[in-house]
Amino acid sequence: MNLNIFLLVIMTLAALWTVMARSLLKATMGLAITSAILTILIFRMASPLAAVFELSVCTGLITVVFVSTISMTKPLTHKEIIEASKDRLKRFWYLPVIMILAAIGLCFLKIPGDIKPALSTGTMDVRNVLWNLRQLDMFGQVIIIIAGALGVAILFKERKDEP
Amino acid sequence: MPSLIILVPLLGLIILNMPIGNFMRRGAFWFAIALFSAQVLLAVFHHSLAWTGKLPPVDALFKVGFTIDHLTFIMFICIGLVSFSSLLVARHAMGDEGELFKFINLLIIASVGMSGIVMVKDIFSLYIFLEITSIASFILIAFRKDVYGLEGAFKYLVLSAVATILMLTSIALFILVSGDTSFSTIGASLQSGNRVIVMLAIGIFICGLFIKGGVVPFHGWLPDAYMSAPAPVSILLAGIITKAAGIYTLIRITSAVFGFIEPVKAILMLAGTVSILFGAFAALGQNDFKRMLAYSSISQIGYIVLGAGTGTALGIAGAVFHLFNHSVFKSLLFVNASAVEKELKTNDMNRMGGLSYRMPITSATSMVGFLSTCGIPPLSGFWSKLLILIALWQTGHFAYATIAVLASVLTLAYFLMMQRKVFFGKLALGLENVKERGAGIMFVSIALAFITIGAGIFFPVIYNNFLLPIKEILVK
Repeated sequence: MNLNIFLLVIMTLAALWTVMARSLLKATMGLAITSAILTILIFRMASPLAAVFELSVCTGLITVVFVSTISMTKPLTHKEIIEASKDRLKRFWYLPVIMILAAIGLCFLKIPGDIKPALSTGTMDVRNVLWNLRQLDMFGQVIIIIAGALGVAILFKERKDEP
Repeated sequence: MPSLIILVPLLGLIILNMPIGNFMRRGAFWFAIALFSAQVLLAVFHHSLAWTGKLPPVDALFKVGFTIDHLTFIMFICIGLVSFSSLLVARHAMGDEGELFKFINLLIIASVGMSGIVMVKDIFSLYIFLEITSIASFILIAFRKDVYGLEGAFKYLVLSAVATILMLTSIALFILVSGDTSFSTIGASLQSGNRVIVMLAIGIFICGLFIKGGVVPFHGWLPDAYMSAPAPVSILLAGIITKAAGIYTLIRITSAVFGFIEPVKAILMLAGTVSILFGAFAALGQNDFKRMLAYSSISQIGYIVLGAGTGTALGIAGAVFHLFNHSVFKSLLFVNASAVEKELKTNDMNRMGGLSYRMPITSATSMVGFLSTCGIPPLSGFWSKLLILIALWQTGHFAYATIAVLASVLTLAYFLMMQRKVFFGKLALGLENVKERGAGIMFVSIALAFITIGAGIFFPVIYNNFLLPIKEILVK
């Protein structure tokens, strides 16, 4: 089995564990593992800079933010966790079925496995791409960050008269 | 010059949030009013120098070109009008100055996101601006922080994330085939690319856009989000956000990238027809005022998708005009629904009745909105539906045309039922002290009703100046 496919399977299992885990902390760890495997995959696909971003931001920073947030919340009781998990399994049982059916469907499409990307990789410097070719997207990212900050201020900041 | 449409609001937003006194907060409302008014006026008078003039330092900032055509102008008008209406209603609905200020910030961000969507000609930039609009929308839906708002926002967030995954996958496939992200390069390379991958990418992308637009069978989030959001946000969502993020993008991407090839046309027409029927039948069974309007939106979005699916200049003109009309009359109906909700503290239509005695302006303007939705002449909805029907007939889709006409009768049925339950008949018990909401809300209702009537009466002017030139997107 190709190593990339093996890593993809492991990554999918880690992602499944993330969404199925009963504890938020375990889900966070699952996300970090998923992201770490994705980092290896990106690195193997000759994109070391993207891999570094993924490792530092998604595996590192986001995990730290999640763990910090979880530490500030009141955890559910064991009974509540079991109840929530049961309900979730009942409500979303069809999602893995759809995924498997879609995968079987894709097999019938006979997608050739030897397609070479039209983009010539490694010819452009990432700094040139980000700051000269994609300023509008960078500008958009700034707006997204502002929107996110506003969201935190609006949704998570309690008023003085609130308990 | 078009860069200013994005730069000015953002610069304003930054200045407004500087900690230099409370007067900035008070000025935010008037800044937003000026912003949205300018956007509408510049789009209506689109032959002005504002669009053709050059500002070298500003133009050089992004180093990318923008798409500025008649479709963009119509979308600018819709974005400006609906944002303006939402802002006026918010001022009335939100007593707290701080809350209003936060709302205005998010409204400006959503407006920048939508303006970006309608101007960009690069599929990745399009994705970025779609995300800006979506993030602002999540926060706006959950704005009140009550359980319904949070549930509606969460559903929208989850389904929007699914749409994002689909669109990103599709973008990756497009890059694989074409090596670029600009509409023109992708469009050109799709002709020679691997057919299986190209069709897969197109199919996935359309599914993502159907989720954003609330097209059946991807409509699950829409009624909950519309119902649970605060009144000004419902207006914004129903009036423009789903249309800019889903339907406009569908029309633009299909014309500029995929091309109106037979499989795409077949998918659009089928999804459009199913949406029309599902939305209409579901609306018939509702007792909640806002939920009925939400299902009606699904049905009317179906007409837009059906019109676009014909792939002809006339069909697309009809679809775009129906998009504009729906923005206006659905905003009008949601403004009125919010006025009724505020007065009665309920949306349950079984507890309403005879409101035309107590709220005559709300009742009369609602009637205009209902009749236009049903396609009654000479209101604007009649002309847009007529264009769609003629386009269907010309392309030989007689069955779809017949279904579209019959569904209009269904629309008339559920709206007459709504009008009878809410506004006609004897005044329901306990509603003796109900009165019209403030002058601000009445002004919005009357203005939107006049636009609905005016766009119908002056249809030839609109057709010649805005709709006929839309065929240029097909030539491109």
